Formats: sequence, structure tokens, C-alpha cells
Amino acid sequence: MEPSTSPLLALRGVSKTFGAVAALTDVALDVLPAHVVAIVGDNGAGKSTLVKILSGVHPPDAGTITFEDRPVEIPNPAAAQRLGIATVFQDLALCENLNVIQNLFLGRELGPYNLDDVAMEVRSRELLRRLSAKIPTVRVPVAALSGGQRQTVAIARSLLGEPKVVILDEPTAALGVAQTAEVLNLIERLRDEGHGVVMISHNMADVQAVADTVAVLRLGRNNGVFDAAATSSEEIVAAITGATDNAVTRRRGAAAGRAAEGTADE
Amino acid sequence: MSDTGTASSVRATDPPDGAAGDDGVRGGFARLADRFRGGDLGAIPVVIGLIIIWTVMQILNPVFLSSTNLVNLALESAPVGVIALGVVCVLLVGQIDLSVGSISGLTGAVMAVLYVSRHLPAWLAVVAAVAVGCVIGLIYSQIFNRLGIPSFVISLGGLLTFLGVQLWVLGADGSINLPFDSGLVTFAQVAFVPPWLAYALAVLAAVAVFATGYVRARARRRASLAATSMRALVARSVILLVGLGFAVWYLNTDRGVGWMFVLFLGLVLVAHYVLSRTKHGTSVYAVGGNVEAARRAGINVKFIYTSAFIACATLAAVGGVLAAARLAAANQSSGTGDVNLNAIAAAVIGGTSLFGGRGNAFSALLGVMVIQSIASGLTLLNLSSSFRFMVTGAVLLIAVALDSLARRSRVSHGRA
Repeated sequence: MEPSTSPLLALRGVSKTFGAVAALTDVALDVLPAHVVAIVGDNGAGKSTLVKILSGVHPPDAGTITFEDRPVEIPNPAAAQRLGIATVFQDLALCENLNVIQNLFLGRELGPYNLDDVAMEVRSRELLRRLSAKIPTVRVPVAALSGGQRQTVAIARSLLGEPKVVILDEPTAALGVAQTAEVLNLIERLRDEGHGVVMISHNMADVQAVADTVAVLRLGRNNGVFDAAATSSEEIVAAITGATDNAVTRRRGAAAGRAAEGTADE
Repeated sequence: MSDTGTASSVRATDPPDGAAGDDGVRGGFARLADRFRGGDLGAIPVVIGLIIIWTVMQILNPVFLSSTNLVNLALESAPVGVIALGVVCVLLVGQIDLSVGSISGLTGAVMAVLYVSRHLPAWLAVVAAVAVGCVIGLIYSQIFNRLGIPSFVISLGGLLTFLGVQLWVLGADGSINLPFDSGLVTFAQVAFVPPWLAYALAVLAAVAVFATGYVRARARRRASLAATSMRALVARSVILLVGLGFAVWYLNTDRGVGWMFVLFLGLVLVAHYVLSRTKHGTSVYAVGGNVEAARRAGINVKFIYTSAFIACATLAAVGGVLAAARLAAANQSSGTGDVNLNAIAAAVIGGTSLFGGRGNAFSALLGVMVIQSIASGLTLLNLSSSFRFMVTGAVLLIAVALDSLARRSRVSHGRA
């Protein structure tokens, strides 16, 4: 992370509790433009909660969110979209009986009383071309598409509102090898276009492949921010599982150096 | 992605379908075949079924395809067809209304009581009856949206409730006859479109289909998208013109095209426009396909459900009024018996899926044709209603089986 670029989106001291359960405690996160930050963590580490806070599904209990250097609140999904934060949830939320165009424009169709399908099709093709997406035709029902193609449609839909930050929740979880590669290409293309990308993932290989930085959550707290290129997946796994908590002494000095680097990043 | 790099996968970056940008007759057939393999049967099974039924019935009784019988068939199909159109609306959002028969019986009774016993003007009686249907739909939708009770349970309750209300409205007599010289009965029994107007409407339909197709193709070509070729457009309109012209000519060798049937066609066309060309229509399909996705896309899901339930009950009310006018009476058995199931069966047989999100307004028209053809054919053979029930039941079962098989085929093709 170069300190010269100011983050698009910055979280400081964000906490969220559900009843007696502290889902997030004092979490910090920076999302830079043209940068992919992967959020990793074990089940229950708070990844989903963090995504839901960013996308406006749950408001945080404490902490500040800064978007383009302005403190903001994200009380609902519409507010997130207005700010320019688009989220692609894991289940994609596509209607399989509708075609690609209808899905892309669902809820914001052009020409409510006489659909302007020419304009919508032109815009759809343009979006998919931007993503270099391989979709057989935009007039085919989404049910006929593969998992990777569906992911592409979902991502293209999130881009319709020209967001600045795109959040992808487990984008490769249900995909095969080739489809995963396709989606990873897509993520890199988003980054090259200048979007800040937040990617939630379980898959270390994917994280290492596209992420610039890796933010580890453990038990609802930050457990280090790593430079993806300079860190091995074993070290990240160690941070995820908490092996670094109780085995610090057994690790060589390099670990301490990396941990320091991690905190410096924040 | 499994099909990456195969010839079937065309990149979105490629220029659409060749420089000419024409998507001719052959392209249309190819798409159709592709859809068929993928389990999207559309109107094909019902059209084939209709041809088989007509052929068999004609062989069994040469009167079946006579213009006299077909004129009656068209008139008979209008009331149930209008009810079936309403059923299509609820099926599309993935719900069902099992009480359409009771609603139609009740509204027929309300209309008859207001018109005959209370001496209200006919139009006011009709408006009141349709308003009753509207209110019933509103009640259903509120129960559904607020309490989350499955719609088949709500409408099952409604079935009995409104049957009771119907009997109560009719009172001790149990039957009210409409005067034969009233406009309503005239409209439903002896009002036929003058031949010149019927031909003019056929020409108008063909011209309208051509004009909208032409404007659309021009706009698409301007945006360099694949568009229907001029030849395909002309072919489509000519086929439509010949088909409609022949139908009008044949029906006019007897009494002609009934106004009530024209009303039904008009309602189908309006519903088709709303479902296929408006934002509201897309929302209806979205809710039927994936409620959660629709909600997250910012669609007011409850409003869509409300509109579907109201459309269904209102159309059931219109159908009830038409049925009473056709019979020139409202009685205790109006809307009971097979009306309910015929309307639902018509929608499903016509190709509207019971699983929601698939189907269209024309399925009401095609489905009711099948149902009424069976009824009419078996009546001509002097078979009792026992046979009619059995045959209709079997056809319904076949239609639902096709729907389920198509769905399974979609799953196996990774399309569901």
C-alpha cells in the first residue's frame, strides 16, 4: 500500500454486535482505488458482517466509515449504491427465467411503459464487452448460462450504476477451474479500470492470484494486513487460524517483521 | 466455463450475427430448436395437442369443425378464457388462486341481483360485480402479504366462503334469470362483429404486427444489433393475415365472430402488452422466478403480488359476469363444478408453468381452446359429463407432466 494514495473507502473502529455476540470489534479496513483487497478469515470471523455493513444491510454499532475523505453513513442498500458501493452477493440474486438484459436492468428498466430494449441491449453489450465477458447471447435466459457466466452477469449488473467500490462475496466459491480463472480475470479488469475491489474468499490460491493486499479477520478482529505478493499462503493461513497468536515464539524473526509491517499498513 | 472456445460460444465483443445484421427465418428456427432442447417448450405442445384433438373430434363427428360449432366454441370459451387469463397472472408470480370459480359465481350473482332484483342500470351492476372481484383480490393479497399464508390455503378458504356468499346473495329463489332482450344477454349470445369490421380488424392486426416489427427492426439495425429481416417480417404478417382472414371468413359462413370473443381477445392482448413490454411485466416474471433477487433489485415485491391477486380476482369477476350473460341466468351452480378447474387447467395446458415465472397471456387463449374443444366434441358425441371430466382431467395431467418434464430437462441442461 502506497501511503501517497488516499483510500476510497476507509473503516475505523467498526464494531457490530448481534445480541450477546460480538461479530466485529474495532475493525479497520482501507480500500484503495485500482486495488484489490481480499478479506479472509475462518467461518464466523466476521467477513459476512463486514460485507453487510459496507453494503448497507446492517448499520454498524460503532466506528466511522469514510468514503472519499468524507465521513458517511450507510443505513440501507440504496445508500450504499448512491455512494458508489456495489455488492455482488454469493448467491448472485439472478432471475433464471429472465434473460441477461432483463437481469442486468432488473428494477431499473428503461422506458417503464414501453421498454426500450434496444437501448438496454446496447448498454448490456457495452458492459459485457468492457468485461471481455463470454456470454453466448444477451437474449438467452440466465438459466442457460454456466456458473462463471452467471457470476459475470452479476458483476456486470453491479457495474451498471458506475460504482467506485465493488464488493464480491465468495466470487469463486461454486466455480470450476476454468470458470474461476475467468472470474479472476474479471477482477483484474475491474482493478485496471480504477475500481476499488473488495473480495471475500476462502481460497488462498485465488487470493494470492489477484489480491494486492490481504486483510485477515479473526474472531471479529483485525489480525493483520499483508502484502499479497510478499506473503506466503502459509503465513496467511497462520493468521487466519490464529497459529500466530500462540506460536509467536516458535516463529523466526521474519514473522515479527511481517507483523510489524502489517500493523504499519493500518 | 465448459463451453469456452467451442464454436457455440460467441463472444459479446463480436459484431452481432454478421454484417447484414439480419436474423432471418432460419435463425428463428435454430433458436426455436435450441429452446426446445433446453426444455423451454413454449406454445408448441398445446398447438400440437389442439391439432390432434381437432382431428380426432372431426373424425368422430363431422359436425365438429363446422362453422356453426366453431362459432359456438368461440363464444363458449370467452368466459372461462377470461378467468384463465387471471389465473395466468397469479401463476406467473408463483402463486395460485383456487377460488376463481367461486368468485365468478358470486360476481355473476351480484350482477344479476343488482340488475334484475334491484333494477339498477346494467352497466352499474356490471361495475359493482367487477368491483367485488377487485376487493376480493385485495383481501387475498393483504392476507398473503401480511400473514404469509400460502395462497392455495387462502383461496381454498375463499372458495368455500364465496360459494356461501353466492348462495346468500341469491337468496331463497336460488336462480335469477336475466331478461333476454337486455344488452348483456344480447352481447353474450347474439352480438356478432359485422363482416366488414371483422375483416378490417384482421387487416389491422396484420398491419400492426408488421408496423411494430418494422419499427423495432429499424431501431435495432440502427443500433447495429441483430434484427428480424424484412422477409421474415412480411412472412409473419402475411401468415397472420391469411390465418385471421380465413378464420373470419369461415366463422362468417355461419353467424360470425362474437363480440364476447373479441372482448376476450382484447383482454389477452392488453395482458400480453403489460407482461411483455412494461417494467411491471418484467417485475412479475422476476418475482415468479426468484423473489429474493427481485427484492434485492429494488422491486416492490408486495405490490407485485397485490397486483397479481387483484388482476386474477377481477378477471374472474369479469368472467363470471360474461358466464351469467351467456347463460342468461345466475344460479346456485354458477361457477361451481368444473369452472374452477377448467380455468386453472386452461392456463397450465396453455403453457404457463405451475412453478412460476414462465408462461404468457396467450396460454389462456390456447388452453381454453383445448378445454372447450374437448367439452364441445364430447357433447357432440352425446357423451355425458362423466366422460368430459375424465378426459379433461387426463389432459390436465398430461399438461402438468409436460411442464414438470420440461423443468427437469432444464435442470439436466443446467438451465434451472
